[in-house]
Amino acid sequence: MGKIKTFTRRTFLITSTAVAGGVAFGTYKYKSELPNPLLKDLKPGDAAVTPFVKIDASGVTLITPRADKGQGVYSLQAHLLAEELDVDPTKVKLSPGVPDAAYYNGVVVEGDAPGLGKLVGKLSGMQITGGSSSTPDMFLRMREAAAAARETIKLAASLRLGVDVSVLKTADAQVIAPDGQTLSYQSLAPDVAKLTPVNDVELRPESEWKYLGKNIRRLDIVAKSTGTQTYGIDLAFDNMLYASVRANPGMGGAVNRVDDSAAKNMRGVKKVVPVAHGVAVIADNTWRAFNALKAINIDWGAPNYPKSSAEMWQVLEDHAKPEFQNIQGRSDGDADAALQNNDTAAGDIVSREFRAPYLAHAPLEPMNAVVLYGDDRLDIWTGTQIPRFVVEHASKLANVSEDNVHLHVQVMGGSFGRRLELTYVMQAIEIAMAVKGQPVKMTWTREEDMAHDYPRPMSLAKAQGRVLDGKIDTIKLDMISPSLMASWMSRLATALPGPDATLIKGANDQPFAVPNYQVTGFRAPELAPISSWRSVAPSQNGFFHEAFFDELATKAGADPLAERLRLCSDSVAKKVLEEIGRLTNWNGTNIGANRGRGLAFIKSFGVPVAQVIDVSVTDHGIRIDDVFLVADVGKVLDPINIEAQFSGGAIWALGHAMNCELTYENYTPVQTNFHKFQAMRMHQTPTIHIKVMEHGDKILGAGEPAVPPAAPALANAIFAATGVRLQEMPFDKTVSFV
Amino acid sequence: MEFKINGQSHELDVEDDMPLLWVLRDELGLTGTKYGCGIAQCGACTVHVNGIAARSCQMRAKHAAGKPITTIEGIGAPETLHAVQEAWIEHQVAQCGYCQSGQIMSAASFLKFKPNPSDEDIDVAMSANLCRCGTYPRIREAVKSAAAKLRGES
Repeated sequence: MGKIKTFTRRTFLITSTAVAGGVAFGTYKYKSELPNPLLKDLKPGDAAVTPFVKIDASGVTLITPRADKGQGVYSLQAHLLAEELDVDPTKVKLSPGVPDAAYYNGVVVEGDAPGLGKLVGKLSGMQITGGSSSTPDMFLRMREAAAAARETIKLAASLRLGVDVSVLKTADAQVIAPDGQTLSYQSLAPDVAKLTPVNDVELRPESEWKYLGKNIRRLDIVAKSTGTQTYGIDLAFDNMLYASVRANPGMGGAVNRVDDSAAKNMRGVKKVVPVAHGVAVIADNTWRAFNALKAINIDWGAPNYPKSSAEMWQVLEDHAKPEFQNIQGRSDGDADAALQNNDTAAGDIVSREFRAPYLAHAPLEPMNAVVLYGDDRLDIWTGTQIPRFVVEHASKLANVSEDNVHLHVQVMGGSFGRRLELTYVMQAIEIAMAVKGQPVKMTWTREEDMAHDYPRPMSLAKAQGRVLDGKIDTIKLDMISPSLMASWMSRLATALPGPDATLIKGANDQPFAVPNYQVTGFRAPELAPISSWRSVAPSQNGFFHEAFFDELATKAGADPLAERLRLCSDSVAKKVLEEIGRLTNWNGTNIGANRGRGLAFIKSFGVPVAQVIDVSVTDHGIRIDDVFLVADVGKVLDPINIEAQFSGGAIWALGHAMNCELTYENYTPVQTNFHKFQAMRMHQTPTIHIKVMEHGDKILGAGEPAVPPAAPALANAIFAATGVRLQEMPFDKTVSFV
Repeated sequence: MEFKINGQSHELDVEDDMPLLWVLRDELGLTGTKYGCGIAQCGACTVHVNGIAARSCQMRAKHAAGKPITTIEGIGAPETLHAVQEAWIEHQVAQCGYCQSGQIMSAASFLKFKPNPSDEDIDVAMSANLCRCGTYPRIREAVKSAAAKLRGES
């Protein structure tokens, strides 16, 4: 099956360092013969090894630096380490570790993470969880660190026992000698700390894997099924205070005047304190803080963007002009020449305009953080995807050196990209600085969360195409949106170098050899601040591309699957398309009266994904009956979890495509809570059929790639069932759903 | 006011209109019950009052006082799982897990009244609980498994 090699070019050395009573293994150091941008940015303090495996008097600790937002990556990281270390992950300690450049995201650093582009210079040393990168980044690194640790432990045992290392075996955190004698890893730790790590290690072949490649029981599954999983919002400390915030609902607007006279006298209120762009109440109970905030009268200043969605759409329309071109994507053949020929003998021309709205991430756990501001020390407990940026910004805000900022990363109740932002943490620090020496837990209301979400950008696409002789001949897509990368990076206090590739991602990079094929990105001003939403740009660009492709195929009289297969230029993508045909017994989009079938294909984050959706038209609206999904990730490490990620990704995309948008009035979203931002509910949930293949030569991530093809597959199915072409999300603007 | 939570009695001085959710979370430290929306739209705060599922974000303290209340901590524990929790673990339902206390409490209450639910019954009963990760297909299967367990069939 898989072509993934278990032993590849090693670009780094595994090093170790002594820790109290033991040893820690890490992989921070690139081999010197390779030019490495990371090394330039390493400060002397960063040279200390930051471990993946720590063994001391208290036992074995597996360090899992990629943050768990629900995708199960703590479990996967622990099993990657356990596979080579020979420990039982349910019997050892787990820790997310401390923020460190040594936990850099290699996929991001190498510019391989779609959606992030080549930001090497600015982001090296960036410990980020995102871009579906954890599995490709950690697949080799963690197993090599663990294998080096195991072999070094065996070397220590051989020296102690006076036997050759080749006769020693390892299991369950013990070295086993031929005579049956066992030595625990922790008993060997002081000896191991004195040795140079064994770097000449070959990884175990797949055939010997104990954990990987089989269904892994998530290490958090019992806690998450019994209410015993502690999230950031659940933390409690002695003497802790509770707080909440109201910031200007117009993002970045000023606070002109505050009248807190009533709030100050309310039960349980300790203090009303200003924070950037808003006001916080510190109280002895979260609900009392919420109530007191409601009792404060605030005169807000206007933010620096248009007041309403209607005005914002006009801004986008105004930027579909050559002078606002930001990035020229593919330009195969000559699309303009093909489209200028209006002679019907030269084919039929189709012009369409597509729209996608702002969308909130709205993870179910509202933003929160606990902060304790002490004497030259700052402790922060929160869920974040960007721990190093949190430390850097916290240090500046509180004027505490980075070494004295202690960030304790928490398990997150969802994120979907939401916790790539800093604001909530900075607010909690401002609050804690007002009550030095006392821990404060800041919790946002859902309303605060919806108004300050940093949503997916609104975007517009002008599409033109031509069909000729029953074939798609020309596709020209002009994508117009604000730059989410520039918006996000401006808040991390750095500038976006060069054009923003996310303007065209998901449309520019599809594996089809259309003769005239042009994709261009136009950059509008920022408008409301925006950020990355699960699957980033392909979540909207994929819809534009695939809904338009489907319309052109119909216009050409071609079968949508056959036409994609005819044009497909990538062997793995072709296998995915062939497989979706087999899985669905594909025979066109007509599947009976009042029913319809739609196909879409998007390759994102390197993963080709095809989806077929079947819908029925019922008396209560359109019902999504079945979703068929075929993807190729190169290598499946955890089938039951990858199925969960793909299924969840499709449901995420379909729910938002059906009924979600943020529309702005008076500078802020009208949608203030889940009554106006429903997404999918149980009674709308289709049956989902998933097939994951392993033809690709790279191991790839699963958190995001299921999202982009889902909305266009649904739109195309609705066309097949009703004859209505959907060009704007959410689709309930045009049709109704059960 | 006296609160009877998971078989234990607690005497607390709180406002009449403090939602039960915040009595549980901030006054009693029972944080398995989650805050998600505050307006009875997401179901993350679901508990049992008199054995019936209720949204604790909408129940005022004065109405909760004196009534027997069960939270996720009271329905079962890692060592003594409720059948619904067993099913949730077997089907590996949770992703982020934040909504699952509420999902489990809703399912446990529902199955008392519908021990042999149809697929449609499950869809209707569980559609008031929001899951942003989209774990619905596994919730559906887990509810069916739990129903069978509670009927003594597995």
